[in-house]
Amino acid sequence: MQKLGDFKLPHFFNYPPYFTLQPVRETREKQIQLWKELILDYCRTQKIFIVRLEEEFPLFSNSVIERTLSHEAREAFLSALVAEGRAEWLDKGRRNCLILWHRIQEWADIIVNFVKDNGFEDSVMTVEEIRSGIESRGTELHGIDRTILMRALKLLEQKGKLAIFKGTSTDDEGVKFSV
Amino acid sequence: MSNFFSKAEVTSSGRPVLLHNEVECHLLSAVDLEPEDHRHFSLLKSGLLILTTHRLIWLPSSSASTPTSASAIPLAAISHIFSSKKSLKSVFHSPRIRFQVLVSSDGRVFDPSSGSGSSSGSGSRSVVVTAVIRGKGDCDGFLVKFWDSWRARAWETTKISSSGSGSASGSGAATGIGGGLYSSDGSVRMVGVAGILRKEQEMWESTDKSLQDAFQDLNALMSKAKEMVMLAEKMRQKLLSGTSSQTSGTNDEDMGSKEEMQDWLLSVGIISPVTKESAGALYHQQLSRQLADFVRIPLERAGGMINLIDAYCLFNRARGTELISPDDMLQACSLWEKFDVPVMLRKFDSGVMVIQNKSHSDEEVFARIKSLVTKPEALRTGISPTDAAMTLGIAPAMAKEHLLTAESKGLLCRDISPDGFRFYINLFPEIDPCNMYFVKDYGICSTWIKAVSTTGLGIGERSSTFR
Repeated sequence: MQKLGDFKLPHFFNYPPYFTLQPVRETREKQIQLWKELILDYCRTQKIFIVRLEEEFPLFSNSVIERTLSHEAREAFLSALVAEGRAEWLDKGRRNCLILWHRIQEWADIIVNFVKDNGFEDSVMTVEEIRSGIESRGTELHGIDRTILMRALKLLEQKGKLAIFKGTSTDDEGVKFSV
Repeated sequence: MSNFFSKAEVTSSGRPVLLHNEVECHLLSAVDLEPEDHRHFSLLKSGLLILTTHRLIWLPSSSASTPTSASAIPLAAISHIFSSKKSLKSVFHSPRIRFQVLVSSDGRVFDPSSGSGSSSGSGSRSVVVTAVIRGKGDCDGFLVKFWDSWRARAWETTKISSSGSGSASGSGAATGIGGGLYSSDGSVRMVGVAGILRKEQEMWESTDKSLQDAFQDLNALMSKAKEMVMLAEKMRQKLLSGTSSQTSGTNDEDMGSKEEMQDWLLSVGIISPVTKESAGALYHQQLSRQLADFVRIPLERAGGMINLIDAYCLFNRARGTELISPDDMLQACSLWEKFDVPVMLRKFDSGVMVIQNKSHSDEEVFARIKSLVTKPEALRTGISPTDAAMTLGIAPAMAKEHLLTAESKGLLCRDISPDGFRFYINLFPEIDPCNMYFVKDYGICSTWIKAVSTTGLGIGERSSTFR
């Protein structure tokens, strides 16, 4: 079994045409689907939240068969994720992509569950504590990307599940739950 | 002894001072001028003889004593030029040019420009002058030019303008009377604006006239051409209208003459307008059949498919003469649809056009490609157009077209890398995105995995059946 770190790679990862953007529509659609799943899987297990196109991304190269995805191909696959709502471009130049292997709504649900599980229904916490506090260890929230966390929190705020307030600095941004 | 000839003005460097409009035409070196009566008049020995439009000028050679002995004979004073006699004597002697000169009462050359009064009463006597050409110049050429200049009478036009300007400018305008239009330092002096304007006017008028004459012919040609074009148009219209009335049924005579007209038009370069509606000009029909016959053998050799350009070259080479144009070729091929011939023209997506057997089936080619691309070696490294060409027995360019077509049908996938452009069997259809790691037993993925893993490339999950 071929691995990338501790990530199990599917058999077609060694299929050279997988690394060439296919021109025939049907074939290309299948190819894109496979890449989308692979990217999401990989990011989820490795807890990667941002993919930068111009940097080395282990998934985009295969040294065994000596193939690398072209910039055009990378952009095509990530754009497909964005179109599906599973990713977002962080800049106009499309060089950095935020991967939402959980959708924002899913993250919001995870936060709500986290709050309920730990009895934080009426408590106050800083944003940092949510992502790196003792309670978060072992949960998916641990090490979550700050941008994503803020978006999920804002979504919950809109629903009235919490209130965000600013502290003296960004680190002190806090949340009052009213789940 | 006095000088028989008129005096010629000379510049400080020994060049003759030319009259207004006088142009040098020819010259001969080492020439003696001998007037007939050389008892009273001196010979001019070994000088440069210059023919101009107005005069014969004789210049002494540099070794001569006096520069003042430059002489001239006005062409106006010449009454006759003798043609050269080729006799036995002339072979051994230096060539001679002889001409007759009018002399005035004092026995010297009559100078028409001197004294307005004597213009009517010219000298009655004439004397023969011989020019002996001792140098190596072109004597015959000189003689011809001599005749031309003498006949051209260039001095007469000068006379007219100068006399006209003389009267207009009044007294004291010119140093000499009539033709003396030069000043002492050799430059030509304008003798009055009216004279120049008149000259210009004359020049324009004559140019205009000659242009008009020339264009008369052109106009005639143009009008004829217009007639011809109208005639051709009429015939074309007739042909076109003839076809539309075909529903009533044409008799053979009509068809025959119509075909004749088409052939005639074609030979003049006008493409038959009936081609699209009917079966086309007879020429193209014949060509089409001939081409279909010819192309059979090259097709077999090429494995059933041949590039249109290659076919064109082969066909023209076989014809030898009466080559056909690419357009004719295309027309001939497109006509195949209407006949029952075993060949057809085919255009690929990439724009490449080929001639192929009607019996050729894409499916058959794809089957052969599939069997080629599922061989273990091909599963590992894919195939290139050259590999396919060798296996299928066709040209690499044709093979590439086939591979691209197979790709568009979902049979193959492309792999572009620094190693080049290669094709693999398409595995994607068998893979389920929701279950990426699953490999079907006995499917193509399974075959591929087996082929690849023999080289030691670690591959994904094996199928449930352990090997």
